[in-house]
Amino acid sequence: MTVARIDARFAALKAEGRPGLVVFVTAGDPDLETSFEVIRALPAAGADVIEIGMPFTDPMADGPAIQAAGLRALANGQTLAKTLGLVRRFRETDQATPLVLMGYYNPIYSYGVPRFLTDAKAAGIDGLIVVDLPTEEDPELCLPALEQDIAFIRLATPTTDDKRLPTVLRHTSGFVYYVSINGITGSAAPDCNAVAAAVARLKRHTELPVAVGFGIRTPEQAAEIGGNADAAVVGSAVVSMIGEAAAEGLTGKPLADRISAFVATLAAGVRGAKRSAA
Amino acid sequence: MAMAPAQTPNSYREGPDEHGHFGIYGGRFVAETLMPLILDLEKAYEDACKDPSFRAELDYFLEHYVGRPSPLYFAERLTDHFGGAKIYLKREELNHTGAHKINNCMGQILLAKRMGKKRIIAETGAGQHGVATATVAARFGLPCTIYMGKTDIERQSPNVFRMKLLGAEVVPVTSGSQTLKDAMNEALRDWVTQVEDTFYIIGTVAGPHPYPAMVRDFQAVIGNEAKAQMLKTEGRLPDTLVACVGGGSNAIGLFYPFLDDKEVAIDAVEAAGLGLESGKHAASLAKGRPGVLHGNRTYLLQDDDGQIIEAHSISAGLDYPGIGPEHSWLHDIGRVNFVSATDQEALDAFQLCAKLEGIIPALESSHALAHVARIAPDLPKDHIILVNLSGRGDKDIFTVATALGAKL
Ligand SMILES: Cc1ncc(COP(=O)(O)O)c(C=O)c1O
Repeated sequence: MTVARIDARFAALKAEGRPGLVVFVTAGDPDLETSFEVIRALPAAGADVIEIGMPFTDPMADGPAIQAAGLRALANGQTLAKTLGLVRRFRETDQATPLVLMGYYNPIYSYGVPRFLTDAKAAGIDGLIVVDLPTEEDPELCLPALEQDIAFIRLATPTTDDKRLPTVLRHTSGFVYYVSINGITGSAAPDCNAVAAAVARLKRHTELPVAVGFGIRTPEQAAEIGGNADAAVVGSAVVSMIGEAAAEGLTGKPLADRISAFVATLAAGVRGAKRSAA
Repeated sequence: MAMAPAQTPNSYREGPDEHGHFGIYGGRFVAETLMPLILDLEKAYEDACKDPSFRAELDYFLEHYVGRPSPLYFAERLTDHFGGAKIYLKREELNHTGAHKINNCMGQILLAKRMGKKRIIAETGAGQHGVATATVAARFGLPCTIYMGKTDIERQSPNVFRMKLLGAEVVPVTSGSQTLKDAMNEALRDWVTQVEDTFYIIGTVAGPHPYPAMVRDFQAVIGNEAKAQMLKTEGRLPDTLVACVGGGSNAIGLFYPFLDDKEVAIDAVEAAGLGLESGKHAASLAKGRPGVLHGNRTYLLQDDDGQIIEAHSISAGLDYPGIGPEHSWLHDIGRVNFVSATDQEALDAFQLCAKLEGIIPALESSHALAHVARIAPDLPKDHIILVNLSGRGDKDIFTVATALGAKL
């Protein structure tokens, strides 16, 4: 499946005539079982694509919410091997929802790139987003991943100008992740008009679907941004809610239910989005 | 894990390649937002290197503002005390602001000015790099924000106040271990947020390419001067170079001009903290393995899952779980011999140098002196050791007082 599963999902969204909802959660947050419950419930709540964060001690592109989520997971013993185990369990009951691993390179490098790709593929991973691997470092992981038919999803940012875009898009597959602001995850909301213009610019360079993320927190924002893109990504808002619920002592299914309820409102947002993008 | 081949290159001074690699180390492992900036910086630095007026301006400020050249001093009393090798100190502690850090800051601020940047940021551990950055920012009239771990703010309070006096904003970093590595994460986060107008002055030979090479080049003034001074004083090169390594900027600054002088032995001293077997140290080469952090591949202290382990050293400037990528390469090919010294050995050397030479060395530099104390006694009297006295210890007196049980 792999890249094909992502392609199929975006094709289906296109046929439905609506933008997709991409939801990010950190693996093992606040603990392994609870995080499995959360992730397992996401498709029914309306997530079209799931990004699973691989915790790292030094997440230099993340804001406080995702930093804290990673530390909660690490404190409870999360490892990359356990994250892949989580993916395997998810795939036992869901063959359709694309799963993308997102994180930083060192845990993967430490695991060993060939072994990681074999295990990730076997577990049912469709794509990778590795924040600290720009196109200049493609031989590290991007090219070997493509050989295994695992999508390598690139981040494009406001600083990625027209001259650089073709380089950035060269080995990108699955979809392009447009980071709507210069900054870290969980920052202020992006300006909708600027996002529309940026997506249009990306579309001049690629046929791939464009998902827009960073700073989207509410159903209204998801609808607005989604209206200008192929998908809206929500991460910090969901992860903050997991943090708050965990702080109240919730775990397992009760925590997952609360998250699902929130994700359902986001999903309703993107389903009501007015398409302005082609 | 891939290791660099153990071949001897024709020259040890040719790195990095155009992708910023020293063997398998180095590189540009940063978020896409930063990539265009790093490419701009690389180009601006290359242009500056070709422009004689840039070098001339830098030399002017190094002489008249920093106070270079720094003396090469024969430490007669330490030499007599150990009764073996002849010990010379390269007096970087006499520079304006009290350490080698300003050599690099001066280079980078002139580059920032040349690139039209409007705002300076930096990370700091001991506060020496923060003070040096705040100093040049004041001198060139640019606003400056310094990221510093909360733990370091507590143990280096004099430097925090110094930075504030110089007009810098000091931002306490409360994430992670609240030390240098977290300050660097936070500075990188600031940089991705304010990419357009901000210049990030990295304080050591780490970070993404071109920083490791650029910082080395700015610090190489130490070794270039020392080489000329030694030839003038002794008529020959030293036999052994010694420097402490945190990120490795004072060390590479001294070593680089000597790398192809095969007869010169080179010892670099990592911080062994409470001991290499205690798990509380900052010896990334002795106890780490290759990984990727802060923009480059290098030896890192990390667990089996690739999570970074917090370092420990009595000296905040060495308290970092990584090391510059060029050092990792020099380690693998065997050109530099990496050793370590504990907190206690550094404290002993600190006091010895103060009492015998009337020089209070930085705790960082005391690690280099501690290694000298180990090797000098058994070396012949005509063996010359050249030590980089990278900074002065005024900033450390509170830490040392606590360690010695003295009340101030
Ligand atoms: C006096 C002094 N020496 C050494 C260091 C360690 O840095 P590096 O290894 O880059 O020289 C520091 C860092 O703060 C320092 O202040």
